[in-house]
Amino acid sequence: MTATNQRVLVVDDEAPIRRYLRAALGAQGFTVYESASGEEALQAVLSHRPDIIILDLGLPDIDGIEVTRRLREWSQTPIIILSVREAEQDKIAALDVGADDYLTKPFGTGELLARMRVALRKQVSAANEPVFQSSGLTVDFSRRLVIVNEREIQLTPTEYDLLKVLVTHAGKVITHHQLLRQVWGEGYNDMHILRVNISNLRGKLEPDPSRPTYIHTEPGVGYRLKV
Amino acid sequence: MEHRPDPDELLKNIQSEENKRGKLKIFLGYVAGVGKTYAMLEAAHQRKAQGVDVVVGYIETHKRAETEELVEGLEVLPRKQVEYRNVMLFEMDVDTVIRRKPQLVLVDEFAHTNAPNSRHSKRYQDVQEILAAGIDVYTTLNIQHLESLNDIVAQVTGVIVRETIPDRVIDEASEIEVIDLPPDELLARLQEGKVYVPDQAARAIRKFFRKGNLTALREMSLRRAAERVDDQMRAYMQTRAIQGIWAAGERLLVCVSPSPLSERLVRTTRRLADELNAEWVALYVETPQFASMSQEKRDRVAGILQLAEDLGARSYTLSSGNSMDSVSQTVIDFAHKNNVTKIVAGKPLRPRWQEFFRGSLVDKLIHKSGDIDVYVVTSADKPLFPTDESPLKLHSPITRYLWSLALVAAATAIGFITLGNMEATNLVMVYLLAVVIAAIYLGRGPAIVASMLGVLVFDFLFVVPYFTFAVSDTQYVLTFIGLFLVGLVISQLAARASEQAEAARQREAETAELYDLSRDLASSVNLDAILNTLQKHLEQNFGRTIAVLLPEADHLVVKTISENLHLGDEELAVADWVYRHAEPAGRNTSTLPAAQLRYLPLRTSRGVMGVLGVGKPESANNDLSPSQRRLMEAFANQGAQAIERAQLEEQNRQIVLLQSAEKLQNALLNSISHDLRTPMVAITGALSALDENYMELDEAARNTLIENARSESERLNRLVGNLLNMTRIESGAIKLNLEPGDVQDLIGTALEQLGRRVGQNQIKVDVPANFPLVSMDFTLMVQVIVNLLENAVKYSPNDSLIDIIASMHDTTVRLQIADRGAGIPFEDLSRVFDKFYRVQRPESVSGTGLGLSISKGIVEAHGGQIRALNRAGGGTILEVELPLDK
Repeated sequence: MTATNQRVLVVDDEAPIRRYLRAALGAQGFTVYESASGEEALQAVLSHRPDIIILDLGLPDIDGIEVTRRLREWSQTPIIILSVREAEQDKIAALDVGADDYLTKPFGTGELLARMRVALRKQVSAANEPVFQSSGLTVDFSRRLVIVNEREIQLTPTEYDLLKVLVTHAGKVITHHQLLRQVWGEGYNDMHILRVNISNLRGKLEPDPSRPTYIHTEPGVGYRLKV
Repeated sequence: MEHRPDPDELLKNIQSEENKRGKLKIFLGYVAGVGKTYAMLEAAHQRKAQGVDVVVGYIETHKRAETEELVEGLEVLPRKQVEYRNVMLFEMDVDTVIRRKPQLVLVDEFAHTNAPNSRHSKRYQDVQEILAAGIDVYTTLNIQHLESLNDIVAQVTGVIVRETIPDRVIDEASEIEVIDLPPDELLARLQEGKVYVPDQAARAIRKFFRKGNLTALREMSLRRAAERVDDQMRAYMQTRAIQGIWAAGERLLVCVSPSPLSERLVRTTRRLADELNAEWVALYVETPQFASMSQEKRDRVAGILQLAEDLGARSYTLSSGNSMDSVSQTVIDFAHKNNVTKIVAGKPLRPRWQEFFRGSLVDKLIHKSGDIDVYVVTSADKPLFPTDESPLKLHSPITRYLWSLALVAAATAIGFITLGNMEATNLVMVYLLAVVIAAIYLGRGPAIVASMLGVLVFDFLFVVPYFTFAVSDTQYVLTFIGLFLVGLVISQLAARASEQAEAARQREAETAELYDLSRDLASSVNLDAILNTLQKHLEQNFGRTIAVLLPEADHLVVKTISENLHLGDEELAVADWVYRHAEPAGRNTSTLPAAQLRYLPLRTSRGVMGVLGVGKPESANNDLSPSQRRLMEAFANQGAQAIERAQLEEQNRQIVLLQSAEKLQNALLNSISHDLRTPMVAITGALSALDENYMELDEAARNTLIENARSESERLNRLVGNLLNMTRIESGAIKLNLEPGDVQDLIGTALEQLGRRVGQNQIKVDVPANFPLVSMDFTLMVQVIVNLLENAVKYSPNDSLIDIIASMHDTTVRLQIADRGAGIPFEDLSRVFDKFYRVQRPESVSGTGLGLSISKGIVEAHGGQIRALNRAGGGTILEVELPLDK
């Protein structure tokens, strides 16, 4: 990991968690700023201009969803949400208002760094790459070609669109809602059709659909394309 | 200014709190217009000035200015509007009064009869409820409304007063204030129009306001008040143990009958009892005739006994045979048993000749009374109601008489057949036989007819001269008289014997019914069975619909009810009243008589267990006889005791259950604290070792410590998650987020979450192609599969194969997690999903035993089922069955 002097803002009201993140992220070369409340965080974003924000959902003053919504009014700084398993709906809400990814407490440092890496990369490579390649899966957008382990796969237009959305956000979670909106259009809300298409897509891509290697399910939230 | 509590005031408060029941003060007048209401209001203002919280519950000012002025300045509670036949009537609102809970409430016209459909038929009953709520009451009353004086008032004034109140209510009053006004002054006030006179009754009332009447009424009220003072003095002397002249321990008994004179008899006895300061009881002796008596008469008996109770007596009903002997013996036996010193009986109304034949009860009583005095009370004037007693009334149906004629005819036939061979005098024996048969089988009347007819026929046919009633041989006269008398005596004896047999039979039947009931109740294992038994027996024995209501969380719930019977809110309100006041109410009572059912409290020594509702009889006007009513009370008592027993048993069971729950909880806490502590020991140990001995540890040892701490913290995290889920499931706070879910995805996600915990085991997944989506909360179902897999891994040998098999059925899908472990003992199969249950194994397996129980909770929340099966060829199958959407 070679993060050179990037700035990260850690927002959590629990001092032990802030201390741990300061140590773990500091060791990785990040400059770490801390905020213990939502208001403080909004101020800190203005004054420190962080490259990425790690935001706890359960804050004492304004909750994390609201903080995300306010930040997204003027900033595209990547946000990674921290939440407990019980707050599933809050997590989805935060993702839907623009958070980039999430982690369920407790989490390992490696996991956090992987998420941060993906989120930061989006910033770095905003330009479209015509070919996506990752562990045996190749998607050539210009030719609409999908190749798994050197074998071309035939996809229906919907399956292809679905895969395209997943690939463009590779490594990041995409909520059911976001997938439906981007593939079928605004206002479409049929979980059934999404499940069926994901199942079919897996059937074509995955060697063993019971142990998927590409399309990972985030229970209750959405899907993630593994990189 | 400093306000100090007045010690007297404090003491008074303490006393009033101790003595919860409110005090009743009656302003007693002898007629309307003497100023009772005025006096009451003045007294109320005085109390108010003393700081007492006074409100007006109900005052009728009759638009008299001076009274209205006095009402001003007092808080007047709103009245209740009752609509009756399109007329708006205003009544005191008892509930409002009790809710307002003043210290003192003013209630005018104590004897007032409430509008129909009110809770109580009389206002004095409202007042009693208010008193019971601990509120003092001031009220007004005219002397002519007093029950025991009712007939005297009617005699003196010629006006029958319908609105009466029982004397016992007055006896309960803690104070009586006589409002007196000389008759002349009252008449003057009347002239000046100061006395309220309703228009329609003006003439009748003016007639009533004659000086003679007023003087008599005034005397009555003064005397009555004086008696009260006497009572209070006596009570005072008794409580202070002051020696004085006491009335001997007299006890009076009044015998009542359906006779219209009984009412007078009861009132007289009450006055006598007052004078003697004695206790008194009213007794009705029920004979088998009672069953054939008209409804009107039976009602009258019930009414008279009720009157006696209202006047302060205890009333009893006993049964005996029809004869005077039997009745008198019953009365005397009762008197002896209850230490009665004086018996009051009515002078018979029958003509003398009838007494000669049937005997007089009074004579019999006097004859048998021994040391008990017998008072015979008469009435100077004719009874108000005609006696409908017809002396010649034949008590047996006509067919019995026809049979007796047939018997005589048969005797005559035998006479003709044997005419040549037998002497005429011996033929008498044949007729005698006919009379005996008639007496035994047909009853008294037919036997008498047979003996008379026998004499006549015998004389006519077989005595010379034949075919005339003339008798030539005087010896036959003796034969005739003999035949006739023997017939009479035998018929009397036989009839009495059969009556006694009948009475004994009925008593035996009642005893048998009661025995049946108590046996069935004793063998009823639980409350439901007891209620069913009670309902069945009551329905069978009394032919009425039955409802039993028991309290649940402070309100009554219908526990068992006859078919076709439904209790609306109003009925439930009546039952509730009965429960709270432990008094009967409803149909045929004076409280809430508009109800469909009659409600009896189910009482035991511990209080009211519940309420029994008794419906209308199936055939109209078939009211219960006193013996039936007694039987029903006995049934209710038995039922109440059985219910009490069941409830005590239930409480006992709860206690035992609680104790075992406590034991379980202790085991549970031990288990949790053990499971929480074990990973913490590992984590703390690893961290302290790394902290303190970092340099001494080689890299491999450090890695082992770190890896161990990490996996233990993951275990700790799962345990906390499980406990949280369990709590959520148990508190019912679990909310399903149902979405169509892909079973393959479900299994894949679960396997991913299980991760390295699968260990060396192989897992084979078998989901058929085109498996339908199943409606589920995906996250929670992942948890279920993880838990089931974890369980399978835990109880399987290493390297064994675990199968996950999905299958489709008509309306469900099944997911089986099948291992090749040791299996579950058959008797434990149904228990593995219990909380904190772990199949006992020699090699102890870690875990709280929460996982399967959480899975069960989640699957059941989905409307599905979870079960454990033994797998053919060894091992366990944990099976989840979820419903498929249509």
